[in-house]
Amino acid sequence: MTGKTKDEILHDHNQDGVDRRGFLKCMAWAGTGAFCVMQGGVLKSYSMSRLSEMNAAELKGELSFVQISDSHMGFNKAANPDVAATLQAAVDKINALSTPPEFLLHTGDISHLSKPEEFDGVSQILKGATAKDVFFVPGEHDVLNDDGKEYFERFSKGAQPGGWYSFEKKGVHFVGLVNVMNLKAGGLGTLGHEQLEWLEKDVKHLKSSTPIVVFAHIPLWTVYPEWGWGTEDSAQALGYLKKFGSVTVLNGHIHQTMQKVEGNVTFHTACSTAFPQPKPGEAPSPGPMKVPAEQLRSLLGITDVNYIRGQHALAVVDSTLG
Amino acid sequence: MWKSVFIATVMVTAVMGLGGIQPKHNGILASAQEKTASTAEVKIDNFSFGPAAITVPVGTTVTWINRDDIPHTVVSTEKVFKSKVLDTDEKFSYTFTKPGEYPYFCSIHPKMTGKVVVQ
Repeated sequence: MTGKTKDEILHDHNQDGVDRRGFLKCMAWAGTGAFCVMQGGVLKSYSMSRLSEMNAAELKGELSFVQISDSHMGFNKAANPDVAATLQAAVDKINALSTPPEFLLHTGDISHLSKPEEFDGVSQILKGATAKDVFFVPGEHDVLNDDGKEYFERFSKGAQPGGWYSFEKKGVHFVGLVNVMNLKAGGLGTLGHEQLEWLEKDVKHLKSSTPIVVFAHIPLWTVYPEWGWGTEDSAQALGYLKKFGSVTVLNGHIHQTMQKVEGNVTFHTACSTAFPQPKPGEAPSPGPMKVPAEQLRSLLGITDVNYIRGQHALAVVDSTLG
Repeated sequence: MWKSVFIATVMVTAVMGLGGIQPKHNGILASAQEKTASTAEVKIDNFSFGPAAITVPVGTTVTWINRDDIPHTVVSTEKVFKSKVLDTDEKFSYTFTKPGEYPYFCSIHPKMTGKVVVQ
């Protein structure tokens, strides 16, 4: 299988001969996003065209879930006049996966203008997913009015007052963070003191072998500060996660897949299901990229993550799109 | 041309006169100012305010118009004014009645900043 991904990079940080079965693989689809398989902390990604080359056994893990992002329900401009159709296409894609995901993560910008009917539209389409549980974090487009009241009432039940929360699935600890509130002039995304304090307590008593998945809307690494693609105080948050052998950070916001490995942390951003945005600095602004209709779907996507418990969670493999 | 300048001068004099004699009649003062006040426009395009800094006389009504495909806001850093969310082609206006510097930003995309200087 390794031979099929000529562009992969392997990092075995602890150099302790981690079992190959303990791989975490990430498959990035140019067409509908990235497909990831997590096995004990090693991440691999593949171009979408390679999906057909993979057999079901290779993609099967103990825990499968799918990340979708930036559905921007309500957007109706040139880049994509029918964002409901592309979100539906994403759900169809998810339902067709050979390893059905147990749940979905939505990393924000559910709506375009925080309108109730936009949130309704997304909820309605997601009801068609075979995975019934959806865990959300807000994007800046979801909290435009009344400090995000509409979003928090709908999607944050059971969360902390600020909307952040954590949960466990089959030994993996998931943390949903909010970095789109109280943004300061000239600044980037912000987690804030209260949330950071909570995060420190939340992970303090976990074993360092616990695989961690952190998800938030704006990237928790500095992708391109000139366009606001980063989070002011993410370094402090990541500091609390240093002891863990496997940390996977899943973000949205930038409407394109991007990956970075730093120590035990793998950062991954997902495609939008609505419209693509330009690569950092390659356009006058990060506004929607207008592409020919026939190309649109090749620039949208989903991210599928599949975790397989390994004896150690130690290494990360990252691959660029083919 | 000369005629309009003359009228404007008369209006300003009238306003000053009213203000001096009957300072509590703010309604009259405000409506008189509107007739003489200037206007200015700031375009929101490509995730930036254009011009990013403008200098206007007291009483100027500044109108922001969003020409982007993405919604933006106009929010005073010192909480003097705050627009609702402006979708494409929507506008927000604010009349500056006191001299000073008014920095502002888009609360959705905080890298977008601007300033109104009122003299």
